[in-house]
Amino acid sequence: MKIIVAIKQVPERDAQVRIGEGGKRIDEADLQYALNESDAYALEEALQLKEKHGGEVIVVSAGPERVGQTIREALAKGADRAIHIDCDDLGRRDALGVARLLAAAVKPESPDLLLTGLQSEDLGLGQTGVIVAELLGLPHATLILHVEKTDSGLTVKRELEEGWFQTIDLPTPAVLTIQSGGNKLRYATLMGIKRAKTKELRRVTASELSVESTPVVLLEQVALPHKQKSTQILPGSPKEAAAALVEKLKFEVRVL
Amino acid sequence: MSGVLVIVEQRADRIARISWEAVAAGQKLGASLSLPVSAAIVGAETETLAAEIAAKGPTKVLRVEHPLLAQYTADGFTLALQQLIEKESPAYVVFPHTYQVRDYAPALAARLGQVLISDVVDISDGPIFTRQLLQGRLNGNYRPTGTGPCFVSVQAGAFRADAAETGTAEITVFIPTIEPAQIRTKPSEPFRGSSQTVDLGSAQLIVSVGRGIKDAENISIVQELATALGAELAASRPICDSGWLPMERQVGSSGQTVSPKLYLAVGISGAIQHLVGMKGSQCVVAVNKDPDAPIFEIADYGIVGDLFEVVPALTEAVKAAKQ
Repeated sequence: MKIIVAIKQVPERDAQVRIGEGGKRIDEADLQYALNESDAYALEEALQLKEKHGGEVIVVSAGPERVGQTIREALAKGADRAIHIDCDDLGRRDALGVARLLAAAVKPESPDLLLTGLQSEDLGLGQTGVIVAELLGLPHATLILHVEKTDSGLTVKRELEEGWFQTIDLPTPAVLTIQSGGNKLRYATLMGIKRAKTKELRRVTASELSVESTPVVLLEQVALPHKQKSTQILPGSPKEAAAALVEKLKFEVRVL
Repeated sequence: MSGVLVIVEQRADRIARISWEAVAAGQKLGASLSLPVSAAIVGAETETLAAEIAAKGPTKVLRVEHPLLAQYTADGFTLALQQLIEKESPAYVVFPHTYQVRDYAPALAARLGQVLISDVVDISDGPIFTRQLLQGRLNGNYRPTGTGPCFVSVQAGAFRADAAETGTAEITVFIPTIEPAQIRTKPSEPFRGSSQTVDLGSAQLIVSVGRGIKDAENISIVQELATALGAELAASRPICDSGWLPMERQVGSSGQTVSPKLYLAVGISGAIQHLVGMKGSQCVVAVNKDPDAPIFEIADYGIVGDLFEVVPALTEAVKAAKQ
């Protein structure tokens, strides 16, 4: 099975985020980056499918030069090769614009399966996989926890709300967006890290893919959220803060 | 192009609260732009539900009916709504931000050359649509600049369902053209995961633990606090994903929805998927080392500090207070 995994590099979860000049973007200076979590699960699913059924796992990611580091990590975990869509203007493209880049890079590879995480931790649009499926004319399923290969295609387990699930049968080629938690993530081994350095990492620029990039939706401003409640921060040492909280729980919330 | 079209979702033959919130959001948008608001319901049989929607104040209710729409499929719903939108040409299409909508609305928008503005929490003049970035740490204000219909999905709890108006609407039936071969996926009937033995929904006190706990072994300190308080232990998704606590203890959009008297969140940053499951709590207390964590936006009381110091101190203080 030839599997492509679309991954995204996102700011680290605990990163201190600041609003950039002009209030239009996140300030990227000093930010640390990591592989988006549900994309890590998509990669894991792909690697396990390859181990069971053979084939090839190709990673694709769009973004500036720093994205190369996240791609190398994916190669170290076991992906066979990678495509880096080199572009500095990812933030100015809308979801359709980004999906067009990915679709253009994926199409000539004609994979049996395209996997990606269900949602990015930075923009949280949760759309990229579904739009790429639409652009490539492929069937798709979202929020997938488990993938099984069948004679006619795939049977996948889809998460629904409030603890419900369903299975879906679909033909290949197909696009799946992967929910976190379906598998246990692997770490890169030392051998894997070493091997990653010799694996193929092909760069293609956004202009070489010649896709339409005029956005139909603009991120006009970023701002700190309004507080929904006024939080009373209890100061002092851990012991003092704990004592203050117990007072509140006893006399104001009345649960003690 | 004119008007606001709200797509109402049915789940097990009823309409969930989030769809009424979408209707209210559509009405807010319609009022600010002086546009009429209509609503659509998709399925094989929609007569009863359409009548229910008609009483909520849209000017028109569209029953999008076809035998092939009896069970949800992305292909079926995308085709049906594409045809409806091409016929009605609304200026805005508003959805509830559910798992089902996430599955097809991005494709529907793309098919019409548009982009869904997903998971919107506020609508202001312009119109500008506000959605959360970086798991709720920042808000982003989005402006549609396309020429086609603008697609928007609204987050659960962001608009008040009881703000929907009342009235009697004209009800019409729209029959889309769908061939069986156009539906490429075959879904099963939904089934429950594991049998749920923990009912967090009726718990009065909940102590919930998140990623800040770092390791499975450390969960015991939070368990001790829960025991001292007489509270149920719950968790955010990553904890259950890692297998540190069973899935049935998960609070959030993919887990249980709770509304206890006290929700004490330990090492939980407050990603929106978690907040939707607990923001109905009467009192929220957060312990987190990051003063900018989104959980503090909805907390009544907060302690900014190292949970490995704060939690044991709190357990001791609770025990002392109970003696």
